[in-house]
Amino acid sequence: MTDLTTAQAAPRISLFRETRRYALFVLLALMVVGFWYAQPAFIRSANLFSILQAVSVVAILGVGVSITMAADGFDLSVGSVAASSVMAASYAMVVWQLDAPETMALVLLMGALIGLVNGLLIVRLGVPDLLATLATMFLLAGLQLIPTGGRSITAGMVLPDGSSVPGAYDPAFLILGRSRLFDTIPLSVVVMAAVALLAWFLMERTRWGRVFYAIGGNETAAHLSGAPTKAYRLWAYVISATLASLGGLIVASRVGRGDVSAGNSLLLDAVAASLIGYAVLDKRRPHVLGTVVGAIFVGVLLNGLTMLNAPYYTQDFVKGVVLVGALALTFGLGKKR
Amino acid sequence: MGDDGSDPAPSACFAFPTGAEGGRQNLFLNLHPTQLKPSPLPLAISAIAVSVTGIEKSFGPTRALAGADLAVAAGEVVALMGANGAGKSTLVKILSGTHAPDAGTITLNGKTGTLASPSAAKAAGIATVHQATDQAGAAGLTVAENLLLDELCRPSGRFLVSARSIRRRAREIAALIDLDLPLDLDFVDLRPAERQLIAIARAVAAKASVLILDEPTSSLSTTEADRLFAIIRRLRAAGMAILYISHRLGDLAAIADRAVVMRGGRIVGAFAKPIDFPAAVAAMIGRTLEAAAHDGKISTAPIVASIRGARLVPGAKPFDLELRSGEVVAITGTLGSGKTRLLRALFGLETLAEGDFVLDGQPWLSSGPARSIKNGVFMVAEDRWQSSLLPPEVPGASIAGTIALPHLKRWFPSGLLRAARERKVGSEAISRLGIKARGPDDTLDELSGGNQQKVVLARWQAAPCRLLLLDEPFQGVDVGARADLIAAIRGSQSGSATLIATSDTEEALEVADRILVMRNHSLYEAGDGHGSLTDQVDKVESERPETFDD
Repeated sequence: MTDLTTAQAAPRISLFRETRRYALFVLLALMVVGFWYAQPAFIRSANLFSILQAVSVVAILGVGVSITMAADGFDLSVGSVAASSVMAASYAMVVWQLDAPETMALVLLMGALIGLVNGLLIVRLGVPDLLATLATMFLLAGLQLIPTGGRSITAGMVLPDGSSVPGAYDPAFLILGRSRLFDTIPLSVVVMAAVALLAWFLMERTRWGRVFYAIGGNETAAHLSGAPTKAYRLWAYVISATLASLGGLIVASRVGRGDVSAGNSLLLDAVAASLIGYAVLDKRRPHVLGTVVGAIFVGVLLNGLTMLNAPYYTQDFVKGVVLVGALALTFGLGKKR
Repeated sequence: MGDDGSDPAPSACFAFPTGAEGGRQNLFLNLHPTQLKPSPLPLAISAIAVSVTGIEKSFGPTRALAGADLAVAAGEVVALMGANGAGKSTLVKILSGTHAPDAGTITLNGKTGTLASPSAAKAAGIATVHQATDQAGAAGLTVAENLLLDELCRPSGRFLVSARSIRRRAREIAALIDLDLPLDLDFVDLRPAERQLIAIARAVAAKASVLILDEPTSSLSTTEADRLFAIIRRLRAAGMAILYISHRLGDLAAIADRAVVMRGGRIVGAFAKPIDFPAAVAAMIGRTLEAAAHDGKISTAPIVASIRGARLVPGAKPFDLELRSGEVVAITGTLGSGKTRLLRALFGLETLAEGDFVLDGQPWLSSGPARSIKNGVFMVAEDRWQSSLLPPEVPGASIAGTIALPHLKRWFPSGLLRAARERKVGSEAISRLGIKARGPDDTLDELSGGNQQKVVLARWQAAPCRLLLLDEPFQGVDVGARADLIAAIRGSQSGSATLIATSDTEEALEVADRILVMRNHSLYEAGDGHGSLTDQVDKVESERPETFDD
């Protein structure tokens, strides 16, 4: 109620606030320097780009998740959408013999449709977001196994009906995941940067982004201000699932086959990136820049630890520690106003 | 928070002296009275049950209480009156242990002490029934379990309780105030009046010596209110000290033995029975009421909006309403009488059972907020935090962004936001309405209630308006800010009409050219600007609905 107090207290807490604002950047810089010192090969550009390449899919999925979170939703199906996109892309090329552009268009369309189903479940039928997307997550995780009888898709594989598949991966398709721009920057990193830039612009600089956040902050207020809140929430899920299928395309073109286990950890990594992003610039809300920084933060940490011979099975533990720390930073410390 | 048992203080999850005495010793200097069992024998009126002297409380630079003195005797109903922001609720929060006073003493049954927490206040025998009745009990539990909530929560209580023993004990507690609710009903299915009775029953069962009722009739029908009054009289006869907060004069006349008026954090007047309400109202506002309709002339301006043969609900008496250009019309009436429903129907959020709206000569049937806003029909819904404002971490939660939200499409047709445009409108609103803020980038949570409401009003004055609908625009707004708001509402009448719904008659008189009373979902004429203003208050007050069927 009586809040002129903050006006007086503002200068005193500002230093603290500034520290919090850039805390993750400072930690990231410290980490890079530390790994560099411990293992000079860490700082080589090939390694740095391999980190970015490794996080590009997580970052793209995380951007989608953070857009649904901005509209006070949650998309648990992104991991499954990406995984089924891997299978769908492989199936389209290997079984149906489609070429690269057709495959990509088909997969992205499939992603958009899944997003539409998610959105309609949530907006039309009123199913709570977590439950609706949990359900589609299970549904897709199971569905992707059915056409091949649970096996990975490779050229020359035998389908459940006993026939041998006619096609193979279109070489042009592999460009997405395996080529490098100017022989240095992986194309998937360029795609990630483009997605991040577009999404950042949408969410931070346009009125549509403002309305997404307004809906997330107070849906009633947004509705009473004339915003078509249901349409916006529907769009959030369509965008999220489409980005997830884009992530799946990158995975497919990197792996070069329809791997049933692809995308296993993508959901949790993407959600973690979005949540770590809350702490970036002390925004305390999902945002695109934060999500990308969050994904890179985890990527750098894992890459560095791997270089220092940390065993692979510690990775989830490390991610968990970062997530707990970031959330504590966001919500806990110095929250009192 | 308060008496709902959510207080984390480990010392007391509800010690009250019906049974085992465990957990009470470290509370409130053991002040608990033993003499006040609800008995039919009236105690001596002279025994002061609770008194406060020189209570001061500041929140930052705002002095909510500046030396308040108040005493309530056992067996007495004291009405605490005061405008919004006078300090009533702060005083209640101090008495119920929610806030600690900065200075002053609290004396309970002759002993001075402090109330460290809501549970301490409760253990000391002060029970508070808050306006928000959803906190009077726990959803998911039955009526019986809610009646026994205090006993069930007591650390020293029995580990195993049988359904039969709960029902038996609940029946005993219900009998204390003749509560005849089905004991198996879930708390969430109860109406506000019933929840309130449960809270009172719990207070009586806990042998509270002081009962504080905060705006208890605000959501009650007349029959429900009468029933509440009967219970209050019974408790009074049993020797309970009752502090009754309301600004509904009709209620106070019916129940109060004494009226105490607060203004600016102090007690500015005390009125013994028979209470001189006009004088009390004058003391409350600090001046005699000044109505907006000074001349009482009937407006001849062109009609902006009209309602013909409207039935808000099937079976209600149909009514007509004409709103003229430049006119401010207030609708008053109790909660649930249909004021909000009428505003929501005009804004396109609900449909009429019957009848037509006309806006600028054209039939008006809005499909929803988007269409209404496009056509210049704006609504400020009640409860600004829930209906209008964004939490501070969201982009657009600043003053500038709050004002801009409904106008984004018109201001930024390309989709690209330009912060300068928003900030300009925000700065203009800050200076025009006298909003106390550092600048247009301040978030709304940093502002006081009155300043928040000014921002919400500025939002809807930032675009050309035909019909402005304001639902309880002065809720939680202090007197000074209310004057600014009224000036802003009355000042910017460029051909539009304003319709205000308020349950507060004084507010209606201060702001409106014309006042209508809504009862049972139908409209009746009230004051027309003629006659003394207090007469008008009385007239409007006497128009309270006889019955209201939910």
